[in-house]
Amino acid sequence: MTPDLPPLPPLPRLRDGLLAVLRRDLLLAMQRPGDVLNPLFFFAVVSTLFPLAIGPDAELLRAIGPGVVWVAALLAALLSLHSVFLGDFEDGSLEQLLLSAQPLPLIVLAKTAAHWLLSGLPLVIVSPVIALSYDLAPASLVAMPVTLALGTASLSLIGVVAAALTVGLNRGNALLGLLVLPLAMPVLIFGARTVSLAASGDGIAAGVYFLGAYCMLAVTLAPFATAAALRISNE
Amino acid sequence: MTALLSASGLGLFRGERRLFGDIGFALNAGNLLLVEGANGSGKTSLLRVIAGLVEPDTGSVRWRGLDVRDHRQSYCASLMWSGHKVGCKQDLTLIENLRCERALRPIAARDQQAVFRRLDLAGLTDLPMRALSAGQQRRVALARLLLGNAELWLLDEPFTNLDAGGEALVNQLVDEHLDAGGACVMASHRGVATDRPIERLSLS
Repeated sequence: MTPDLPPLPPLPRLRDGLLAVLRRDLLLAMQRPGDVLNPLFFFAVVSTLFPLAIGPDAELLRAIGPGVVWVAALLAALLSLHSVFLGDFEDGSLEQLLLSAQPLPLIVLAKTAAHWLLSGLPLVIVSPVIALSYDLAPASLVAMPVTLALGTASLSLIGVVAAALTVGLNRGNALLGLLVLPLAMPVLIFGARTVSLAASGDGIAAGVYFLGAYCMLAVTLAPFATAAALRISNE
Repeated sequence: MTALLSASGLGLFRGERRLFGDIGFALNAGNLLLVEGANGSGKTSLLRVIAGLVEPDTGSVRWRGLDVRDHRQSYCASLMWSGHKVGCKQDLTLIENLRCERALRPIAARDQQAVFRRLDLAGLTDLPMRALSAGQQRRVALARLLLGNAELWLLDEPFTNLDAGGEALVNQLVDEHLDAGGACVMASHRGVATDRPIERLSLS
């Protein structure tokens, strides 16, 4: 006969746990605005330096624009990944999160959402302005933020898995890049290509659907992978 | 009767080195398990194994007779962990830290202000944690223990950084927790003063 557990004291609701972790991470970021602005600054600088370096060749700029902006976005997203769990690891909060009564994938999802709101969303918002500096067609001013929104969300979700795997390692930063890049390639290829297509007046639905599907896949699988990775790297 | 917390054959290796092996105990409600041993004998590692943060290489930990690996969520809802690190965000205030905690685990029906007064934290609630001394941060960890509604306390060196008053307070809080039917596992190289039965586990 297996003994039964007595009823648990009332647990907090799942939604409360999700919102509490999200709120905590956003509050923390507000205390250190420099960390939040760092990826955005990087993105803006890299993608505006290219037109300056290449010169006023509108044809060339239009051709390379989507690719350059997407590479800059990918690297900017990588830049902030290292710190997702580092602070929690160092001050012991991570142990408390691992031992909380809320499901770990849920907590991870909240932390990923915070990461995207702080590092991905600002890029999405400024991207039309950047696209203008490459003289991209009006249609791509819409395609750029739409694909970036889906793409950066996927990058956050995938990247957080790698961040969880490398959190206990010294200099895990280089390894993190190696882990993320192969999985980020489809996002980069489809994202940049979709914006190019939009610039030349073609339909963008196929690319957006692919990015959406990739994002959905990441939302479904990544939190569980991250939770497992966190448990391993906390041993 | 099934023991509240029990373990058998617990062993942990760190690389080639055996940190400890064949550790077993059974802890009933109202009892305290004191893990003793010199520095580096594996007290913290054993506590982390009991908490489920580290998988043991051999043996298992059981909560009310059920393996904790299979019932992680209900086990986590029944325990409070207090480790070497306080586990609070240094940039947030005490209140903000505890507010996040409340959404993560069952909470006790206690008056938060009364807990703060008892732990001498009442005037510090609006300061960011980094403005607090190490001992005061330790008291915040105690506040979290009191505000959580857990049967099992896992305390790793709870006396660190505390002054004489704080040490007495820890003894008193553990005593009250045990009187209320809770259980406690404590790793400490210092004895604990309680009237309740103490089981001792020596790591060598």
